[in-house]
Amino acid sequence: MKNFVRTALGVVAGCVLAASASAADLKVGLSVSLSGPNASLGVPYAKGMQAAIAYRPEIAGRKVVLTVLDDASDPTTAGRNARKLIEEEKVDIIMGTSGVPAAIAMAQVSRETKTPMIGLTPIGLPPADAEWLFTVAQPTPLMVSAVVEKMKANGVKTVAYIGFTDAWGDLVYDALLKATEPAGIKVVANERYARPDPSVTGQVLKIVALRPDAVMTGGAGTPGALPFLALQERGFKGGVYGNHGMINPDFLRVAGSAATGAFLPTGPVIVADQLPANYPTRKITDDFRAAFLKVNGAPSTDAFSAYSFDGYLVFADAAARVIANKVEPGTPAFRVALRDAIATTKEVVGTHGVYNFKAGNVYGVDERARVVVKVDNGTWRYVP
Amino acid sequence: MTPEVALILGIDGLANGAVYLLAGLGLVLIFSVTRVVFVPFGDVAAFAALSLAAFETGRMPATVWMVATLAVLALAVEVRSLVVRGESRRIPRALVGWGLLPALPCLAAWAIAGRPVPALLQVAIAVLLVVPIIPLVARVALQPIADASVLVLLIASLALHFLLSGLGLLFFGPEGSRTAPLIGGALSLGGFGISHQVLLMVGAAVVLSALFFLAFERTIAGKALRATAVNRIGARLVGIRPARTALLAYVCASLLAGLIGVLVAPVTTMYYDSGFLIGLKAFVAAIIGGLVSYPLTALGAIAVGVVESFASFWSGALKDVIVFSLLIPVLLARSFFSVHEEEEEEIDE
Amino acid sequence: MTAQARHRAAVAVLVAAIAIAPLLLGKFGVSLLNDIGIGTLVALGLVLLTGIGGATSFGQAAFVGIAAYATAWLTTAHGASPWIGLFFALALTGLAALAIGVLTLRLGGHFLPLSTIAWGLSIALLFGNVDAFGRHTGLANVPPLKIGAWSLVEPPAIYYLIWALVGLAFLFNHNLLQSRPGRAIRSLRGGAVLLASVGADAFRVRLTLFVLAALLAGLAGWLYAHMNRFVSPSPFDVRASIEYLLMAVGGGLGQLSGALAGAAVVLLLKNVLQDTLPLLTQRAGQLQAVAFAVIFILLLQYARGGLMGFVRRWTRGRFAAPEVDAARFADAEPLPRRTLPAAGAPVLAVQGAVKRFGGLVAVDDVSFEIRAGEIVGLIGPNGAGKSTLFNLLTRTLPMSAGRIEFLGRDVSTLSQQRLARLGMARTFQHVKLRPQMSLLDNVALGAHGRTRSGLLAAGFGLDRVEERRIIAEALRHLGRVGLAGRAHELAGSLPLGTQRTLEIARALAADPVLLVLDEPAAGLRRQEKHSLAELLRGLRGEGVTILIVEHDMDFVMKLVDRLVVMNFGAKLVEGAPAAVRADVRVQSAYLGGHDATAGGAASEARS
Repeated sequence: MKNFVRTALGVVAGCVLAASASAADLKVGLSVSLSGPNASLGVPYAKGMQAAIAYRPEIAGRKVVLTVLDDASDPTTAGRNARKLIEEEKVDIIMGTSGVPAAIAMAQVSRETKTPMIGLTPIGLPPADAEWLFTVAQPTPLMVSAVVEKMKANGVKTVAYIGFTDAWGDLVYDALLKATEPAGIKVVANERYARPDPSVTGQVLKIVALRPDAVMTGGAGTPGALPFLALQERGFKGGVYGNHGMINPDFLRVAGSAATGAFLPTGPVIVADQLPANYPTRKITDDFRAAFLKVNGAPSTDAFSAYSFDGYLVFADAAARVIANKVEPGTPAFRVALRDAIATTKEVVGTHGVYNFKAGNVYGVDERARVVVKVDNGTWRYVP
Repeated sequence: MTPEVALILGIDGLANGAVYLLAGLGLVLIFSVTRVVFVPFGDVAAFAALSLAAFETGRMPATVWMVATLAVLALAVEVRSLVVRGESRRIPRALVGWGLLPALPCLAAWAIAGRPVPALLQVAIAVLLVVPIIPLVARVALQPIADASVLVLLIASLALHFLLSGLGLLFFGPEGSRTAPLIGGALSLGGFGISHQVLLMVGAAVVLSALFFLAFERTIAGKALRATAVNRIGARLVGIRPARTALLAYVCASLLAGLIGVLVAPVTTMYYDSGFLIGLKAFVAAIIGGLVSYPLTALGAIAVGVVESFASFWSGALKDVIVFSLLIPVLLARSFFSVHEEEEEEIDE
Repeated sequence: MTAQARHRAAVAVLVAAIAIAPLLLGKFGVSLLNDIGIGTLVALGLVLLTGIGGATSFGQAAFVGIAAYATAWLTTAHGASPWIGLFFALALTGLAALAIGVLTLRLGGHFLPLSTIAWGLSIALLFGNVDAFGRHTGLANVPPLKIGAWSLVEPPAIYYLIWALVGLAFLFNHNLLQSRPGRAIRSLRGGAVLLASVGADAFRVRLTLFVLAALLAGLAGWLYAHMNRFVSPSPFDVRASIEYLLMAVGGGLGQLSGALAGAAVVLLLKNVLQDTLPLLTQRAGQLQAVAFAVIFILLLQYARGGLMGFVRRWTRGRFAAPEVDAARFADAEPLPRRTLPAAGAPVLAVQGAVKRFGGLVAVDDVSFEIRAGEIVGLIGPNGAGKSTLFNLLTRTLPMSAGRIEFLGRDVSTLSQQRLARLGMARTFQHVKLRPQMSLLDNVALGAHGRTRSGLLAAGFGLDRVEERRIIAEALRHLGRVGLAGRAHELAGSLPLGTQRTLEIARALAADPVLLVLDEPAAGLRRQEKHSLAELLRGLRGEGVTILIVEHDMDFVMKLVDRLVVMNFGAKLVEGAPAAVRADVRVQSAYLGGHDATAGGAASEARS
């Protein structure tokens, strides 16, 4: 069916483009959650990618063609989308998605079809299974440890955890355990709630009864504001800390005064203008913001759209090098070369950090990809 | 678990239970008249909440466009069916009923959007704005198959839920909103407070369920509504028009959904898909009531709310597992004491 | 072209298309067909369970998940072969279904679907909370299937396995539905009383069907795990179950092919929308769900029986109806007959039967006896308690007090179906036939208690010998009641009187010792009543005992050997027809107050 429709329209377009079809275009496939529980991340991801294409529509003289598919936050659909992008759209690289299980499903397909994949979320796969996988997201322990450092500096001895009952909640909790051990902080509770839950009264009551010095939250987006509100309602006086999945204006809007004074880790993009002038990501962040505003008609206000922008930058850097070696896009050889090129990425400056990839390591960022911000009067304030 | 904690959990459960109660009443109302398990009930409540949130941020809610489009569709369907039946003289009435009436709250919403108006007016318009939704959607999607089996109606209603929540995502985006409380402040009870909003919710639930009970047991219109569900053909034989009673039921249910939406919005972040969970828990309550009994539905709703609250204290991750596992013995008990239809409905061909 | 030939041709074309599809389609098209195949298996279970069995299930995805996790865990954590994983997964799924079914399948009405939501939701939520299952991140790197040295990792490789299994599943279920257990399954919607009257236990039939549907879902889960090679909790939640239900309903719940049609329609539609919507609008991703819902609702409006229901309606009447050739079954060995008791031996003895409904005494201390080889009539004015007594005798209602002996055995507390198997066959005042089944199938259902083929034998086609005997028997009885040559007609198309006659044929197919008939002559024309009386006399001649409840005095008086008259729940009079007719008490009961003394004596005796 798809081929039929495409053929009908392609006959017309093909006649026009026939002349210029001599050099192969670069094809990028993006699968994100435009609907379903992860839509609040997926929609910004798509917008960020559009900004990236507008920023750099050509790489080494080749036009870039983007296909975006919706996976409705379902891993089976994400895997199917990956297969469709690779086998029907014949993309050179796939990117995505907003949920960890869905990203793993895509990674399986990328490995089976020998196509490189740039993930936009943290993905935990053993190195043997991650030969074709890279991600521009920061490893969760890197981010959470920044918050734990702040806790230690504030004299916190016991911390309670409340997070999502899904992969994200697990990731943040595991990172918290890992970071608090050397810091001498004890994690006294592991409460969970589901994204659509309307209330966390029970969980928060349990936490408050334990009288921890601080509470670490493991939610994301607007549902991540729920523990803040509930803790404020119960009159909790200790510090409440967040994670980098909450960096969007809707979280601030819903949390309101409950989030004031909370510390959260994030990539530098969200507070770029508050950073020192020589911070490596400042220039590219300005370019990102300009491109985003031009394409989407509204400024970028969250940290997620920047991930796809960075993913594209990494891809562009690697693709340029491969094309310079005279390998044609759209061929299996190109995909292998592209993967090898990404694995040797050196100092590519993105909005979230500076990327250096190595074979066998899914993550490619260091401390430059992480800052701590504090919620102050409904805005993010950089904490040096 | 101290007594104070138990009390807080109990009140929280009661507040949630009040919401499920009202939604459960709406579900039973629609089912008892039309044999449709109206799954999108919660979605309409979410629309009311999100519309109110839009008013509060000075924008015109996209619900206006939704209602306008649905009105046009329903009008087209109604006019076509009138023409086919040879009753073209009733077209002017249809124009008023299906075209003009839904347009009124749309105009009101457009008028007050972005203007400084009293909060109560915003609430009222938000409720009125969603009142046309269920009747219009039902006219377009459900009336043509009104005599299908309960299963087909259920599946159609599930598809409607996907439709409405999809529209919700399109119009309101994936992020949620909270609104300002209708009544600020809290009641102080020896050490801790119950917010006035919670009291309002519980009070509204009590008043509305009493009204329901009276309307259905004591008025002719209420009895006509029940008669239609029990035997559609029999009802027609005594002069009750099933389509008209269905319309009445849908309008009442829509009003109820709107009220639920504006009551719940200040205490819960409402998303475009919040309706599903509300509808599911309300469905549980409605089934406990056997889809016929309002008092049992009310009891079931409160039980679900309270059990949910205590279960979340015991284990937040397994809260729903506990609630639904406890449901099964309740169903067994309920089923034991119910009279069942011997034969199943035949499937549609 | 007969319907059967058309059917065979369609199947042949479909099989051919499926066989050559991988050669024509790209890898993605093949993997889409793989997904359709897996969905078909689950939808097939739903067509059986919900469409035919009448139990709406919102939990099939949970069974898919149990099997997928079982095999994923066994093959990743313990390195077992995926084929061992298959047995493990199916065993686990079957056990889970058995446990859940025993607990919840007695629920009636709307309670059952809600219970399926309850466990469907709980099981899916549990997956994400178990450490051994990788919690919410799931289990990755599940090994692919291997046949010998050949690894089924590529979509076209596993394609043939999936569709072979789909084909086998269809064959199994097709065989099943045309067999003895299949007739019982197809009668589930007719109610537990109907099944009990032919000696079947509705609960057991439903439980077996439930486990079968779960096993089909489990097979799909095993394939899912080894095809996608990654399992996580979210593909097995209630939303997935709802999608399977949409497939089954959209394809058509009334026939097995609906499963394939539904899975294909849903998945292909989603794919088409994914391809075409971006060409129309920027916000395609979010419009997809809306467009899908709109199209699905339109489908239901124009084809509420699903796609295959629509096709069936359209083809009905365009092809010659199948005919059953009685000659083909002439050589089938007849089913074993019961030895009937000697004439005059006691068959049924009712002693002091009482039935109270709260304060109302519907049957008040009634005693009588029926001996072998006689026709006994039970008459009385309206409200006399005949039907209630009837239900007590057939064990449809429990007695408040009293004793019933059947063939010398105390059956006062025996279940309906056990009593039916002992040799009491009945008909119903409100006819209980299966309107969508043929006359032949309806009658063949009556032989359920006499025969033994189970689910497995039927599915694998090992019951052909017994089935031929059953068909031959059913044809014989159809002929006896005058419906020969109409075996293929649907029971729902018969006029009411003929339906009653059909019920008698069904009762005869049970080879009864005692035939209890509830108003068999109602709705029959004079000639038909003659034939019926002839039939009943013929049966008496063969040694069958008959108890008949009737209102038609003329019919009854000329037929029966003895009459029992009831009034106000008590036995009024018993005796030969002539004597009963002349009895003053009977006359006053029917005409009302003809003899005040007699009427008063009767009412005094009662109070």
